[in-house]
Amino acid sequence: MKLKTLLATGLLAAVMASPAVAQQISIKAGVLNDRSGLYADLSGEGSVIAARMAVEDFKAADKGIKVEIVSADHQNKPDVGSTIARQWYDQDGVDLILDVPTSSVALAVSQITKEKNKILINSGAGSSDLTGKACTPNTIHWTYDTYALAQGTGGAMVKAGGDTWFFMTADYAFGQALERDATAVITKAGGKVVGSVKTPFPGTDFSSFLLQAQASKAKVIGLANAGGDTVNSIKQAGEFGITQGGQKLAGLLTFISDVHALGLQAAQGLVLTEAFYWDKDDQTRAWSQRFAKANGGKMPTMVQAGVYAGMLHYLKAVEAAKTKDTAAVVAKMKATPTDDALFGKGSIEANGRTIHDMYLYEVKKPSESKGPWDYYKLVSTIPGKDAFQPVAESGCNLPK
Amino acid sequence: MFELLGVPPQALFGQVLLGLINGSFYAILSLGLAVIFGLLNIINFTHGAQYMMGAFVAWMALNYLGLNYWAALIVAPIVVGAVGIAIERLLLRRIAHLDHLYGLLLTFGLALIIQGLFRNQYGSSGLPYAIPPQLSGGQNLGFMFLPNYRAWVIVASLVVCLGTWFLIEKTKLGSYLRAATENPTLTQAFGINVPLLVTLTYGFGVALAAFAGVLAAPIYSVNPNMGGDLIIVVFAVVVIGGMGSIMGAIVTGFALGLVEGLTKVFYPEGAATVIFVIMVLVLLVKPAGLFGRQA
Repeated sequence: MKLKTLLATGLLAAVMASPAVAQQISIKAGVLNDRSGLYADLSGEGSVIAARMAVEDFKAADKGIKVEIVSADHQNKPDVGSTIARQWYDQDGVDLILDVPTSSVALAVSQITKEKNKILINSGAGSSDLTGKACTPNTIHWTYDTYALAQGTGGAMVKAGGDTWFFMTADYAFGQALERDATAVITKAGGKVVGSVKTPFPGTDFSSFLLQAQASKAKVIGLANAGGDTVNSIKQAGEFGITQGGQKLAGLLTFISDVHALGLQAAQGLVLTEAFYWDKDDQTRAWSQRFAKANGGKMPTMVQAGVYAGMLHYLKAVEAAKTKDTAAVVAKMKATPTDDALFGKGSIEANGRTIHDMYLYEVKKPSESKGPWDYYKLVSTIPGKDAFQPVAESGCNLPK
Repeated sequence: MFELLGVPPQALFGQVLLGLINGSFYAILSLGLAVIFGLLNIINFTHGAQYMMGAFVAWMALNYLGLNYWAALIVAPIVVGAVGIAIERLLLRRIAHLDHLYGLLLTFGLALIIQGLFRNQYGSSGLPYAIPPQLSGGQNLGFMFLPNYRAWVIVASLVVCLGTWFLIEKTKLGSYLRAATENPTLTQAFGINVPLLVTLTYGFGVALAAFAGVLAAPIYSVNPNMGGDLIIVVFAVVVIGGMGSIMGAIVTGFALGLVEGLTKVFYPEGAATVIFVIMVLVLLVKPAGLFGRQA
């Protein structure tokens, strides 16, 4: 009897002492995005694939970190997104939420994440308010925001002589933030906004708004919309001879999936701002080929790339902090410089904004493209510190 | 310069015309719904998906078979109409004797399945489909630049709508149809094959939706959700016009396109809701719709 107890105790002690078990941390990550609507191609299942690739590349299992990934469709509706987020945090034991495109949903989920003291690593949404006046200690905004888009495309267009603007703005949080940020950039550069129209979201026919934009005689028509709305606007602008009339289109947020949907014939010459392009260098190409293989041949968007990089950085922080405690992990994430194959070196500011280089691309002519997905040529690289809003100006009151 | 409510009249003409063009889509789609409801008493929620299928068949015909737009205009309605006939024979027929609600649920479920299948296969951001070369470019009308293609849309839809109206209201076949709507048992007793009539009518209504889909392919994004977004508005149009009224569907389709177009000028934020506001008002004042017969 005594011997048995002794043996059992010894066995237990041996098990406890083995490093694999001692460091075992279980993480449940939820990828919350649009899986059925107009943003499903630019986020959707692709973002889940990207998150899974991050876990594989990090070799999480070897490091004693067990990661489970769940996903859900928020249908671009703040109420649906909030319900899922609450259920994930309260009942399903989700530790962090990733992606969340559609700014109105992202702003709601960000507040819930703060309330529940979990982590939101946002890649898909655009509103710069996420790290501005609505910032929280729990939200990291990875890929892009309306400020960076405005700096990139807006700044470039004004520099090229497009100094009068008319906005077609998707009538929700993202469109309004984008119009506001772009207006600031245009006015600062000496340009002028002559008018704007708020279009119901999502929309199908933009001809009426295009006609109003045409009548405004503005040199540039700024499309403060995204996804299917942008595709329809650009398609119909071509039909109504807007660009032949001398007015330029600025697709302030145009994803590679939109260019793919438009075809080069309709999209050629568009100037756009991206945080990531699959064909940028050897590393992005290698990763993107792997991604495309898992994603039915479709190349990643910057949103999906951002989910990968955000997840990877999170896992690094968990490994370094040796815990999944929210405050400790977020502190580690902000203290550690970001560095990955897709976005290069960067950092996360006190307000949760990830700083990395942004790129101004021009869409190739059909004759210049070597095949499917060969769509962009680089116009210029915008260094991270110029692309994103300085913390001091962001309106975020988080302590350093 | 003289202005009307702050908008120059020239600009207004342009907007009126655009409203009518959008109205043509509402007209063809609500016409198909009205025809189906009239005879089958089924509220065909699959209509939006069938409209989307029309656009996709046009795209497939071009990319897999090399058939151009003009061929697609004929092929797509036939193919999608045939799918519709299969749906009627295999599914709708079995629930014909049940309450309206079952038909509504079945067609709604079918719409979700069809949209899901297309989304899985083709993604959600859409496929490119170019305007046919014969119709590219446009005319400068002085007050606006009218793309040739939009002019074609309005002509094609008027012809199809009035042709359908003529077929149903003025021909012998149409009189059988109307008789079968009124009293199917009696009509059958006169030796008319009512079940066949029902099947063909459903196929025809679906073909109309597919035709609208082909018309839409070059100007709207061809994506699996294109019908789902539109169908709710079209239902409102049918309700305003009066369920089952052929002329009502056509006139209301164009009229509401116009109203929506003008709302886009004067209060753009309300453009997505104006039709529903009108629907509520009409239901309060004339519950059977503007052109509907009181039940």
